[in-house]
Amino acid sequence: MTQSQIDPTPKPATTGATLLEVDDLHVEFRQRSGVVNAVNGVSYTLAEGETLAILGESGSGKSVSAQAIMGILDVPPAVVRGSIRFEGRDMLTMSEEDQRQIRGPGISMIFQDALSSLNPVYSVGWQIGEMFRVHQGASRKEAKAKAIELMDRVRIPAAAKRVNDYPHQFSGGMRQRVMIAMAIALDPRILIADEPTTALDVTVQAQVMDLLKDLQRETGMGLILITHDLGVVNEVADSVAVMYAGRIVERGTVDDVFTDAGHPYTEGLMNSVPQVEAKGGRLQPIVGQPPNLAAIPSGCPFHPRCARRRLGAEAAPGRDCATDLPPLRLVAPGREAACHYSEEVLGV
Amino acid sequence: MTDQQQMDLRKDEVEAGTTTGLASPSVDPLSSRQNSLWSDAWGALKRNPLFWIGSVLTALLVVVALFPQLFVRGADPRACDLANSKALPSAQHWFGYDQQGCDYMANVVYGARNSLIIGIFAVVVVLLLGVVVGAIAGYFGGFVDGIMSRIADIFYALPLILGALVLLRVGPTTDIPILNTRGPGAVALALALFGWMTAMRLVRSQVIAVKSSDYVAAARAMGASNSRILIRHILPNAVAPVLVYTTITIGVLIAAEATLTYLGVGLQRPAISWGLQIAAGQDLIRTAPHLVLFPSIVLTLTVMAFILMGDALRDALDPRQRA
Amino acid sequence: MGRYVARRLLLTIPVLLGASILIFAMVFALPGDPIRALGGDRPLSPAVVEVLKERFHLNDPLWIQYWEYLKGLLRGDLGTDFRGRPVLDTIERTLPVTVRLTIVAVLFETIIGIIAGVLAGIRRNSYFDNLVLVSTTIIVSIPILVLAFIAQLLFGLKLGWFPIAGTRDGWFSYVLPGLVLASGSLAYVARLTRTSIAENMRADYVRTARAKGLPRSRVIIRHTLRNSLIPVVTFIGADIGALLGGAIVTETVFNLPGIGREVFDSISSQEGAVVVGIVTLMVFFFIFFNLVVDILYAILDPRIRYD
Repeated sequence: MTQSQIDPTPKPATTGATLLEVDDLHVEFRQRSGVVNAVNGVSYTLAEGETLAILGESGSGKSVSAQAIMGILDVPPAVVRGSIRFEGRDMLTMSEEDQRQIRGPGISMIFQDALSSLNPVYSVGWQIGEMFRVHQGASRKEAKAKAIELMDRVRIPAAAKRVNDYPHQFSGGMRQRVMIAMAIALDPRILIADEPTTALDVTVQAQVMDLLKDLQRETGMGLILITHDLGVVNEVADSVAVMYAGRIVERGTVDDVFTDAGHPYTEGLMNSVPQVEAKGGRLQPIVGQPPNLAAIPSGCPFHPRCARRRLGAEAAPGRDCATDLPPLRLVAPGREAACHYSEEVLGV
Repeated sequence: MTDQQQMDLRKDEVEAGTTTGLASPSVDPLSSRQNSLWSDAWGALKRNPLFWIGSVLTALLVVVALFPQLFVRGADPRACDLANSKALPSAQHWFGYDQQGCDYMANVVYGARNSLIIGIFAVVVVLLLGVVVGAIAGYFGGFVDGIMSRIADIFYALPLILGALVLLRVGPTTDIPILNTRGPGAVALALALFGWMTAMRLVRSQVIAVKSSDYVAAARAMGASNSRILIRHILPNAVAPVLVYTTITIGVLIAAEATLTYLGVGLQRPAISWGLQIAAGQDLIRTAPHLVLFPSIVLTLTVMAFILMGDALRDALDPRQRA
Repeated sequence: MGRYVARRLLLTIPVLLGASILIFAMVFALPGDPIRALGGDRPLSPAVVEVLKERFHLNDPLWIQYWEYLKGLLRGDLGTDFRGRPVLDTIERTLPVTVRLTIVAVLFETIIGIIAGVLAGIRRNSYFDNLVLVSTTIIVSIPILVLAFIAQLLFGLKLGWFPIAGTRDGWFSYVLPGLVLASGSLAYVARLTRTSIAENMRADYVRTARAKGLPRSRVIIRHTLRNSLIPVVTFIGADIGALLGGAIVTETVFNLPGIGREVFDSISSQEGAVVVGIVTLMVFFFIFFNLVVDILYAILDPRIRYD
C-alpha cells in the first residue's frame, strides 16, 4: 500500500460536533480471587452522526467499557477511573442523580439478548412507556400511545394490537426492535448497541442493522456498535476501534483498517473469517486463548499469541514484545496502532 | 464482570472439555462428570465453617449415642434418689436432677441413642421407598407414573405428624410386626410411611431429566437393558440432590420423633427419650425450667447439626451457587 | 384458564377420596370398643350398645362403613360423634380458632420474612445478610415443640408480655402461638426472598432497567422485587394450606381449641368420625391452596400458560 491511498481525513463528512470523549478509562473488578483488570486505559471520541465500532473477542473489555459509560457497573461493584465526558460534562464526577438523568435522553443502550434483557412480567408497551412516565411524567395513557408510535417507528407490525403483549410472545428480531424502541424513546444523543444482532438469524440481523442506520440518519445520534462481527462493522461503521485485553490496539476508519491491518491481532481477526474475495484460501485461526484478565501478560498483552513477536535479541532496543508495552501511536495519517512493529504489519 | 462474560468464559471451558472427550471416546462421560462434581463440591465444603460445625456436632452425637457411659461423669440414668428430686444444676451434676431424683445429664445423654436410631432408620426406609417408587415412576412414565404420583399426592396432603400420630395410636392394637411394638422401630416406620414422598418426587424428576438426555439414548442404542440404564446411568445423577435431602431429613425426623413422643404416641416409659423428658418437664416449667431446657437444647443442637451439613452440601453441590 | 381450573378440580377428587380412605381405614381399624368406653363406670345395657353399633355401622365391614360415610358426605353430612353431636358442629366451633391462628402466622411470615429477605438480598454478604443467614439456620433447627416452650418461658413467664394459653384475650392470644407456628416458614420465606433477590439483581433486565435511567428505588421495587416475589408469594400461598393442617403441636401446647387440638383429642378418645371429618377438611385445604397457587403463578408470571 502506498502513502497516497491512505485517506488523510479519518472522519466521514457526515459527522458533526463531538458528543462523547472517553479518556484513559480503567475498569477493575475486585474479586476474592484477585483484581480483574477489564479495561486498561481506553480513549476515544464520538461525534454526532458517527458510527464507531468497537471490535473484540469476549473478555476484551468492549462491553464493560460501554457499561462503564452508562454507569451501570454496580453489580458486581467495579472501580472506574479516567474520564467520560458527555457533551463536555464529566459523568464520573457528577452525582448519581445527574448521571441517571443522562441515561435515556442522553445516552441509551441496547443489549445482546433481548429476551433476558426485557422484563418478563411486564408488557412491552409498559416497558417502552416507562421511559416517558419516569423521565417526562407522562400519564399511563400518553405513555401507551407513545409506545405504540415507537413500535410503529421500529416497524413492528400491528403495533397497536401487540402493545399489550409480553416479551416472550415476540420473535427474536421483533424483541430486539422492542429494545431499540425503548432505547430511542427519548431521542438519545448516543445509542450504544452491545452485540445487537449476535443472537439473531442472518436475515433478521440485516433488517435490524438497517433499522439502526435509518434511525441514526433521522436523528443524527452517535452510534457505538460493540461487536465481534467483522461483516457488520464493514457494512455500517465509519470508524473502528479494535480491543484486546482491555486496551484499544488499533483504531482508524473502517476502510483503512479493513484494507490493511496495522496490528497483528487485527490481521489475525481478518484472516480467521471467511471472505468472499479470498475464496479457496485457508482460514487461519488465532492460536492460543484470550488472556486471563486477572493476570494479563507483561509487555504487549498479545505477544504470547502473536506470530510476529520479537523477543530478546531479535527485538529492537526498548521494543521487546515480552517486556515493553507498546503504546497506541499514530502509525499512518488517521491510523493508530499499539504494536512496536506496526509499520511492518502494515507493509509500509 | 458481567454475566455474559462469565457465560462466555464458561462456554470456552466446556468446549475445551468436549475436545478432550472426543479424543478419548472410551471415557464414560457420566463418571468423569460426576467425579468433577464431587471433587469441586469437596473443595467448597472444606472452606465452609458451617459444614465443619455440623460435622463435628454429628460426629460427637454418634459417639455419644454409641458410648453414652463416657459422657455421664459416672452417673447412672436409672439410679435415682427421690431426695434429689428437681435439684437444680450444680458443679457436681451439671444438668441437675429430674422429678424422680435421677441425674439429668445421664438421662439426656442416654436419650441420644434412641433419637439417632429412629432418625437413621426412618431415613433409610424413606430412601428405600422414595428411590424405588420414584425410579419406577420416572422411568416407566405414563400410567405407572400416574398411579404412583397420585398415591404420593395423597400421602403428601396428610401432615407428617398427623399421619404418624394416627398410625402409632392404632399400631399397638394390630398384629403388624414392628408397628405394634411401641418401640423405636414403630416410630421410625410410621414417620417413614408418611415422609417418603419428597424423596420419591426428587428421584422421579431426576430420572425423567436424565432419561431424555443424549447419553442415555446412546446407551439404549447400544442395547443396554432397562435395569442397567437405570442403575448405571440414571441413579448416580439423583445421588446429589437425594444426599442433600437425606441429611436435612434426618434432622427433621429426629424433631418429629421428639414431637410424637411428647404427644404420647411415640416412645413410652421406661425408654429414655428427649420427647419424654420434655413432656415430663412441661408441668414443672415454673419450678424446674432446667428439665425442659436441657433436652430441648440438645435436641435443637442435634437437628441443627444435620441441617447445617445439609445446607452446606446443597451449596457445594449446586454449581450455580458457587459461581 | 377456566378449563385448566376445572380439570385441576376434577383431579383433586381422587386425592381427596384416597386420603379420606387412608385415614378412614386407619381410624376405624382401631379395635378397642369406643361405645363401651362411653358409658364410663356404669356399663351400658347390651341393647343400647347394639343400637349404637347399628347406628354407626360398626358391625359392617370397613368398605360398607366407608360407603355410608361417603353417602353422608355428599349430602353435606359429616356424621356424628358417639355422643350424638354432629361433626359439622365440632368443626364450626373449632375451625375459627385455627383460621385466626393461621392468619396471624401468615402475617408474621410474610411481613418479617420478606422484609428480612429483601434487606439481606439487596446487600449480599453484609452484616445484616449474615445475621439473617445465621438466625434462619438456628430457627429452622429448633423443633416447634421446643420453640413453643422457649416462647412461653421467655415472653410469657419471664417478661409477661403475652398470654401463654387459651383464647381469652382475643387476637392478642394468638400472637405468641402465631409466631411459633410461623417460625419455620418465616425463616424459609426470608431465605427464599434473599436468594431470589440476589439472583434477580444480576439479571439482564435489571441491568436494562438501570440503563433506562430509572431511579434506584424503582429499579429495586418495580423490576427486582416484582419478579423476585413470585416464588415467595406462591410459597406463602401453599403454606396457608399446610398451616391450616399442621397446628397440632402449637394448638396443644398453647391450649387453643382449634381443629388441630380437636383432632388430637379425637384420636386419643377414638372419635373416628371427628378424626376423619377434620383430616378430610385439612386435606381439602391443602389441595385447594395448592390450586390457588398454580392460578396465582399464571397471574403473576405471564410466561406461564395453562391451556
